Parts: sequence; structure tokens; C-alpha cells
Amino acid sequence: MKSEMLSQTIIPNKVDWDSIRNDFPILSTQVHGQPLVYLDNAATSQKPLTVIESIERYYKRENANIHRGVHYLSAEATFAYERTREQVKDFIHAEKIQEIIFTRGTTESINLVAHSFGKIFVKKGQKILLSAMEHHSNIVPWQILAEEKQAEIRVIPMNPAGELILEEFDRLLTEDVAIVSITHLSNSLGTINPVKYIIERAHSMNVPVLLDGAQSAPHIQVDVQELDCDFFVFSGHKILGPTGIGILYGKEKWLDLMPPYQGGGEMIKTVTFEKTVYNDLPFKFEAGTPHIEGGICLGNSIDYLNQIGLENIHQRENELLAVAYNALKDIPGIQFIGTAKEKSSVLSFVLNGVHPYDIGVILDQQGIAVRTGHHCTQPVMDFFKIPGTVRASFSFYNNLEDIDRFTFGLKKAIKMLV
Amino acid sequence: MVNSIDNQQDILISEFEIFENWMDKYEYIIDLGKELPELDPKFKVEQNLIKGCQSQVWLHSELKNGLVELNADSDAIITKGLIALIIRVLNHQKPEEISKADLYMTSRIGLNEHLSPSRSNGLNSMIKQIKMDSLALMLKNGRNSN
Repeated sequence: MKSEMLSQTIIPNKVDWDSIRNDFPILSTQVHGQPLVYLDNAATSQKPLTVIESIERYYKRENANIHRGVHYLSAEATFAYERTREQVKDFIHAEKIQEIIFTRGTTESINLVAHSFGKIFVKKGQKILLSAMEHHSNIVPWQILAEEKQAEIRVIPMNPAGELILEEFDRLLTEDVAIVSITHLSNSLGTINPVKYIIERAHSMNVPVLLDGAQSAPHIQVDVQELDCDFFVFSGHKILGPTGIGILYGKEKWLDLMPPYQGGGEMIKTVTFEKTVYNDLPFKFEAGTPHIEGGICLGNSIDYLNQIGLENIHQRENELLAVAYNALKDIPGIQFIGTAKEKSSVLSFVLNGVHPYDIGVILDQQGIAVRTGHHCTQPVMDFFKIPGTVRASFSFYNNLEDIDRFTFGLKKAIKMLV
Repeated sequence: MVNSIDNQQDILISEFEIFENWMDKYEYIIDLGKELPELDPKFKVEQNLIKGCQSQVWLHSELKNGLVELNADSDAIITKGLIALIIRVLNHQKPEEISKADLYMTSRIGLNEHLSPSRSNGLNSMIKQIKMDSLALMLKNGRNSN
């Protein structure tokens, strides 16, 4: 296809981005008879061959239950699983290995904190501070807790660009706030929140902060010690890993005091019918046989990301975002949703008189995968008074041809629909 | 004897057979959606709303001279086109015929397989709602005439 963009943009060649595409087999498949253009990376990332092969290798040669067997395979699997924990610790620059808890994903991590932190530290009449741009996963667990504890949810509002209004945050941050739980990078708007400021302010009032890193972990170098957040949660499948494995980082001082989330094997030291002594961190929060394959193979995805480097990835995705924005901005009737100064990887928009879903269907017919709808952030859609948006979300393995095809496909869809 | 619901379905199936690809089929569905008259705002109320994950459908059914009159609308044009297909088949039919109708056209045209699950569910819930409305109208009518 002839590129409208190639002549206008030069992307630095520190990394060979073209050959990187060959690492992702799905990128050379066809959808509805057309080569796939995958722009739904905020929903889930595609997997490189090294990760795919590691899954097969695990079941062919390494499968065993971990932490309890004396035999060779069990020891090997335990070693590999715990190696990933080390890698995750380094990936987000945590201080201690016992601060890394394996979960099923971001959603379970938040539920764990809402349950176990909430049980001890959230009291009747206290406030739980969320923001107006949260994913339902960072709303509903807190609502369940608030109902149980008779606590109250307070919401930091945003401005029409999709940026949090910090004066309002300052005003809402009162002594009776039990926890602040906000997204690091908004999945529907792309906004990167000023989390450093929010954490500093919250800590000045002795209020802990949970960061929802589901969208930031794939795109931004995260340093939980520098950020000084109390909890940081994210999903394996959005950072090139398998589904069903995720991470809860928590400062040891909180995790130590929090009661277990679930009971079962792995999380105990001794069990009698009279009394059970819980295991040490991190195992206290890891009841039952975990997603061993997911945990081990997540290590391979972190290896892959490290090879390219998060800095390179971030830069590449910002460039793709800028190219896409320029390609779309002159389309008549287009309105971008989420125009924060600090943003990354997500281009959300609506078009006058055209329903987002209609656009999604016609793009799909052309082999182009985007997300349409409310993106599990209904309050954001209510704020902008729209039924949903079309969201193109980028990953480093996308290229300029993807953006050309997307632009062309979108124009074709508009022609058909208007 | 072939009833008229099935007649209409067969006509639609053959209409769709002439299209070579799904893009053309969608173009046709979109055209039907554009042609479908807008629903009277007085019927665009919460109780007529079939909420879908992606698009919304308003459906108003009433009985006129023993036949069901269907009026429906959606905020998405492709959904509106699908409504137009259903209306062409089921509008002005007897409620008892509608409630027991087998809408084989959705699979024959490929609407079920081709539409994403969320929209396909929307189509199915639309059909289900029309059948339920027809049953209700039938019962209400039965009561009134007794």
C-alpha cells in the first residue's frame, strides 16, 4: 500500500522496528481476507514468539507443581516461577522480593487490596478517593468495600481535556481519607496522571495510594520506589505475557498487616482444626496452586521488553500516536476524547453523527481491530455525554502502514455510514 | 403452505445471495438502516429500551386489527439496518405467528456468525423481545375479547 505518512515522518532507527514485527506471528495473519492491523493493544497485547514457545516448552518439559515437590521437575518449575518474581521486582524497581504478589490480573489485585487492606484500615464514615477516569475494576471493588464498611467513595473530577483537577484533589484529600486509588494511565483517554504529586500530597496526610498500572506498565518505565506508591497493580497479558497472571506490588509494611485474601494451600505454615498459622510474604496472599505456566512465561515477556527497553518503547509509541493524530485530525466532524498534555498510546475519538460501533464493524471488515464502546469506563462516557468512543491503541510493534490502513479504513467507513 | 413470515425470509435470503462479499452486505444493511423511519420520540422511553453493550434499541409493539405493528430504532445505523430486516419479516403478522416463528434467516444470511458476539446477542435479544411483546399482546387481546 502506498504510504501517505512515510514521507512525512522519520522514526529513529535505534531499534529495528520492522524486524520486531516478525517476532509476533499474529501480525502476519489475515482477518476477513485482509492483513491484520491490530490497534487494540490497550485491551491486550500480542505475544512474541519467545513467549509462545515458552508456553509450549513449559508443558512439554517443565510441567510440575511448585513449592512443595522434592523431585527435579518441581524444583525446576519453582525456580523458574520464582525467577519471574525477581524479574518483576526489577521491572518495576521494587525493593524486596516479598513485595511482589502473583494474582490473576489487575482486577484481582485491586480486589485483594480492597478486601484485605479494607478489612483492617477502612472504617465507617471514612472516604475512599478515586478519580473520574477509573476503569470499572478500580471502582466496583471499592464500592463493595464502601457498602460493607459504610465508607464513602469520593471522586477527583477531571477537566474537558481529560486531566484531573488537582485543586479539587487537594480539597478532597482530607484527614478521613483511608486510601487513594487512581489510574496511572487512563485506558479510555490516554491521560498520564501526575501521580508523583498525588502520592506526595497523600503521604503528607498519611494516606496510602494504590496505582492502577494496567496501562502504564506496558508503556512507561515504572519505578515504584521513586514513585513511592503503596500499591502498584498490573496484568501480564498487557505486557506481552499470558492472560490470567498479574501482579500486586505492595509495600511490605502494608502487606504484613493485611490479612490473607483467600485461604487454602500454599498460604499456610501449619494447619490444625484449632488454628492455622499463615505463611510469610508473598505466599500469604497466594492460596492454591497458582498459574504456574503464566508466571513462568511472564518472565519471558519481561525479558523481551527489557531487550527493546521501555524507554525505546515509550518513544516509539509516542511517535506512532503523533502520526496517527496528525493523520486523523482533519477528518470533518472528528472530536478527540482525551487531549491531556501528558498522554500516551491511546487515541480515542467520536465522529459527528456516526455511532462508534458502526465504525468498529466497518473497520473490522477491513481487517482493522480497534475497540469501540465505553471501554469499561462508563463514568468517563457520561462526563463527555457520549455513548462510547472509537479507540485505537498503539504498541511498539505497530507501524506507519498500520496507521495508513487505519486512516484509509476510517475514511471509507465514514463514507459508507454518513 | 408456506406462511408469509417464511416467504419474507426467503426473499431476504435470496436478496443477500447476490452480494459477493460482506462489505457489500453491510452496505445494504446500512442503506436499510438509513431508510428506516425514525421512531416517534414518545416511544423512545426507558421501558421500550433494549440495552446492549454497544448500541441501544428502542422497540414499540402494538396490535392493530389483530396484527402486530412494530416500530423500532437504534442509535447505531448497522443495528438499525438489522432492525429493518426483522421488521420486514415480522411486521403486520399475527402475534401467534410471530411468537412461534423460526427466524432461520439470521443463520442463512450469516448474521449470527458474522456479527461480533455483542451485536449478535443484541440481534437475538431484539428478536426475543418482539416475541415476548407479541405473546403479551396476544394474551391481552384474548382477555379483552373474552
